[in-house]
Amino acid sequence: MLHTLSIDELGRRLSLGELSSVELTQHFLARIERLNPSLNAVITPTPEQALSDAAVADRRRAAGDKAPLLGIPLIHKDIFCTDGVRTSCGSRMLDNFIAPYDATVVARLKAAGAVMLGKANMDEFAMGSSNETSYYGPVKNPWDLSKVPGGSSGGSAAAAAARLAAYTTGTDTGGSIRQPAALTGVTGVKPTYGRVSRYGMIAFASSLDQAGVLAESAADAALVLQAMAGFDPLDSTSVDAPVPDYHATLGTPLKGLRLGLLREFFEGLEPRNAALIRDAIEVYTALGATTVEVSLPHLPMSVPTYYVVAPAECSSNLSRFDGVRFGYRCSHPKDLMDLYKRSRGEGFGAEVKRRIMTGTYVLSAGYFDAYYLKAQKVRRLITDDFRAAFAQVDLVIGPTTPTPAFGIGAKMDDPITMYLNDIYTIGANLAGLPGVSMPCGFVDGLPMGLQLIGPHFGEGPLLNAAHQYQQATDWHRRRPSGYE
Amino acid sequence: MMSDWEVVIGLEIHAQLATRSKIFSGSSTAYGAPPNTQANLVDLAYPGVLPVLNAAAVRMAVKFGLAIGAAVAQRSVFARKNYFYPDLPKGYQISQYELPIVSKGSISIVLDDGATKTVGVTRAHLEEDAGKSLHEGLANASGIDLNRAGTPLLEIVSEPDMRSAKEAVAYMKKIHTLVRYLEICDGNMQEGSFRCDANVSVRRRGSEKLGTRAEIKNLNSFRFVEKAIQYETSRQIELIESGGKVVQETRLYDSDKHETRSMRSKEEANDYRYFPDPDLLPVQISTDFIREVASSLPELPDHKAARLARDYALSAYDAGVLSASREIGAYFEDTTARLGAAHAKLAANWVMGELSSALNRDNLDIADSRVGAAALSGLLARIVDATISGKMAKEVFEAMWSEGKDADAVIAAKGLKQITNSGEIEGVIDAVIAANPKQLADYRAGKDKLFGFFVGQVMKATEGKANPAQLNELLKNKLHSGS
Repeated sequence: MLHTLSIDELGRRLSLGELSSVELTQHFLARIERLNPSLNAVITPTPEQALSDAAVADRRRAAGDKAPLLGIPLIHKDIFCTDGVRTSCGSRMLDNFIAPYDATVVARLKAAGAVMLGKANMDEFAMGSSNETSYYGPVKNPWDLSKVPGGSSGGSAAAAAARLAAYTTGTDTGGSIRQPAALTGVTGVKPTYGRVSRYGMIAFASSLDQAGVLAESAADAALVLQAMAGFDPLDSTSVDAPVPDYHATLGTPLKGLRLGLLREFFEGLEPRNAALIRDAIEVYTALGATTVEVSLPHLPMSVPTYYVVAPAECSSNLSRFDGVRFGYRCSHPKDLMDLYKRSRGEGFGAEVKRRIMTGTYVLSAGYFDAYYLKAQKVRRLITDDFRAAFAQVDLVIGPTTPTPAFGIGAKMDDPITMYLNDIYTIGANLAGLPGVSMPCGFVDGLPMGLQLIGPHFGEGPLLNAAHQYQQATDWHRRRPSGYE
Repeated sequence: MMSDWEVVIGLEIHAQLATRSKIFSGSSTAYGAPPNTQANLVDLAYPGVLPVLNAAAVRMAVKFGLAIGAAVAQRSVFARKNYFYPDLPKGYQISQYELPIVSKGSISIVLDDGATKTVGVTRAHLEEDAGKSLHEGLANASGIDLNRAGTPLLEIVSEPDMRSAKEAVAYMKKIHTLVRYLEICDGNMQEGSFRCDANVSVRRRGSEKLGTRAEIKNLNSFRFVEKAIQYETSRQIELIESGGKVVQETRLYDSDKHETRSMRSKEEANDYRYFPDPDLLPVQISTDFIREVASSLPELPDHKAARLARDYALSAYDAGVLSASREIGAYFEDTTARLGAAHAKLAANWVMGELSSALNRDNLDIADSRVGAAALSGLLARIVDATISGKMAKEVFEAMWSEGKDADAVIAAKGLKQITNSGEIEGVIDAVIAANPKQLADYRAGKDKLFGFFVGQVMKATEGKANPAQLNELLKNKLHSGS
């Protein structure tokens, strides 16, 4: 079946003329039509544009273009602006917003010949860990429709797991790619902060947000990241450093690889989860890696630190949604203050409001030093901890999440428990490090993720380590029933 | 009593930097375009867009810092100033807060008594301007014009060093001169390119403690600055003397009524929740860059004034006027170079006199003068060689101004050439004396005032062309010779 093939294999068949992009696109569009209603992963399908882009891709192939992503269908998280297509960010606030331009990620993938099938559901403004905060309703986990897919890139993760596209894009501010990748059994890559342009990606927390990819394998993800990454003059925080050939280094043997076992990741880890991680470590030692126990003493403070920094930035980033120039506007505003209050009050959901209020509070006069400034100091300490660890080890290994996917509605009334879902992922965001989550087994029939974190701009070795694991195991090939 | 009180003034000047594009986007900064035609997605704060710093604005700020002897920060940080207003599309203004690009400079001003005073410049930081709300011509609605949103500003904050409205104006004028010298701001106050907020407080003379201040917003002319501060000073003194208390507040100046009125009090003030803008990296400035900018600085006003006074033997006042802008200085020096340095004072008088009034009358910049330095020096050369008198020169200048001809052409066309031939003048004098025997007798009888009558008659007969010095000399001889 076409949707089970790797990007490499699809490219080979397209080049040989055994398959056209139009056929491939039709195949995925049919899957979306059939499977999406129960998943709610895709909120804006764009079939006409997809078929016309596919036809263009076929002509490029025929003219000899062999770009690896040419004609391969994807779904973008609805946080990326797409020219002429609704870009809602999962919010009522932008339900009517047709973006007038392409995000750099979208433009680069378009230039690489990618065919967009539609836009993926997400937690509102990427704020959430379960995809339940979306204005468009929760996304269901293909492994169990009563469970959440994780978030905020829940639509992207569910779509990748259900093979509604060859791959999907996501963004990761505190784990929003890795956590849903873990909960849906796919491979999710969060690059180094600054590796991929944030231009056109609707900002949640600017110093933490980073675009990445969700795919079946590290090898597929490497091809996609290759096209996404690189300096963008439109994003001052993107880094002007050459992008190595990620795919070319995927065959590097792991002999001598030093894997760091984070003491803080394993303390109190649920036994079945811990067993899966230990199994994965054994796979690595069998591949020639050695393990070193390392400690990041400030890591336990990452969740509170994150929940100061991220809301602070979001409270400011979301000020532009004021009902004046675009997006939701309340009906018949009495005056300016009424326009602001009701447009924002009606346009934003509860979790977004909670974070705007938290962020406004921590930046307020009299509280700034105790919260924002303190959090920035702790953030620096966490970054220094990682730096010290990477002097001893090449990669850090551990779980992606504390538990497998939980039930829809189970944690919605308890934001703190919900926030603790990101306990293992947030550190990489605070330190700006690249991370990967990939499937490493099951707990209660639900997939669990193995997380690898690398040093800044260590995407190459990180993807290679993930690829070597996937060469030795087949967890990433397991598919939820009904989506084979 | 006013004399019991001392006023303390600090100014926050906003100078619009003369970059072609905005500080964080590629939109044009040109003034006067139809509303919202110079606002792109970044200026409109569309979802997903990001700011990119305009390097030209940084360079201009560094120039200013070096020109006032300030410290230029090797690392400065942009911060967000958060508040909601329809002309502020992002809901925050990108400014600099804790780490400004320029700090601790100073400016010297000349006071009325000729003494020099140094005014401290606390800091100067880069920020973006907001848009404009338009309330006129729209029924039941307000319009927003975002053309100005994102225009680069340098906010120049003084120490509370000024003690009178006049000092505040002198300081503001000095900064105005400086930014135009540096070519970092066009200084156009009508268009709002140069404006200020004034912080005003009063205290009993001799008191060290600062009084509670009021901030008067958006003053866009030197006259308004003076009037607003004068009004505000009296208001505060009267308030305190009548048992009231000055409250910390923001006030607006009404230029029609010449008064200030309250806009919002401290209690109503926003908490701006400043924090470093995560979309922009800290601005790193190398010593090499600072050195390179320093070497590109033009001659600065104080230096130029001192040089003009020394090299051309001008008074401090004249040198000050002639260094008020780079253009007027260049015009004066060009004129003098053509005329010869010995006649510098003549050139100075003409540049500050006839030329300046003609420019003012026609509302022209000196760069657009209808009479250029070459033409003016041509005219002055005719005074120097006595072809025409100073009085005739004014007439010639007017003709040059309106007709665009050079001095010699005007002199020839009008037949204005001065009569310097003694014989010719004597002939006219003789005729005048012969025709006015009574006046001659009266003069000789002691009516000295009649000398002017004879000068007038000769001038009338020669259509004003007789060389005045020669005429005086010859007439004196003639009138007295017969007695």
